[in-house]
Amino acid sequence: MELIVIRWLHILAGITWIGLLYYFNFVQAPGMAAAKADGTAGGISKHIAPRALLWFRWGAVATWVLGALYLFRAGNISFGDAFMLRGASATIGVGAWLGTVMFFNVWVIIWPNQKKVLGIVPTDDAAKARAARVAFLASRTNTMLSIPMVFFMVAGPHMGVLPKLF
Amino acid sequence: MKTPLDSIWGTIISGLVLTVILYVFTANFLH
Repeated sequence: MELIVIRWLHILAGITWIGLLYYFNFVQAPGMAAAKADGTAGGISKHIAPRALLWFRWGAVATWVLGALYLFRAGNISFGDAFMLRGASATIGVGAWLGTVMFFNVWVIIWPNQKKVLGIVPTDDAAKARAARVAFLASRTNTMLSIPMVFFMVAGPHMGVLPKLF
Repeated sequence: MKTPLDSIWGTIISGLVLTVILYVFTANFLH
């Protein structure tokens, strides 16, 4: 019972995190280019982006912590074996490593650079443009990594040891 | 410099290719 609750909350937090990641990449970033062209980007930067980033970065924390907690409590797989890519834990371990890299990207690359872009940390225009490019590429990297990450997360419980294709 | 990650489809295709590479690696070398 305890494990299914942790897993349920882990997935809810993951939807919050990755849902907002997809919002940034598929909706906000292309929309901002159009909004800048007609002078309406200020409202998005002031009212929407900071709220989305708040739920995004804390969703990442909740997802990672609940995932780690699940691995510590589960009987058939373990935190240590997953991160050492050993045995039956190796499949979900690949997903866990990808999720950990993404979590690092959120807090160490995306959020510090977004603070410069949104003016939370004052900086000059050249530094702001550099920060926007770095945050954009880190966000796109996370979108790319989310595709194998979700595959290995769901393949762990559903397929266990992966069958060889050839 | 433009990268595949500059486009949405480039990002998605890169993710799918990476999934296949990691699958082959996991199935052949980790189990």
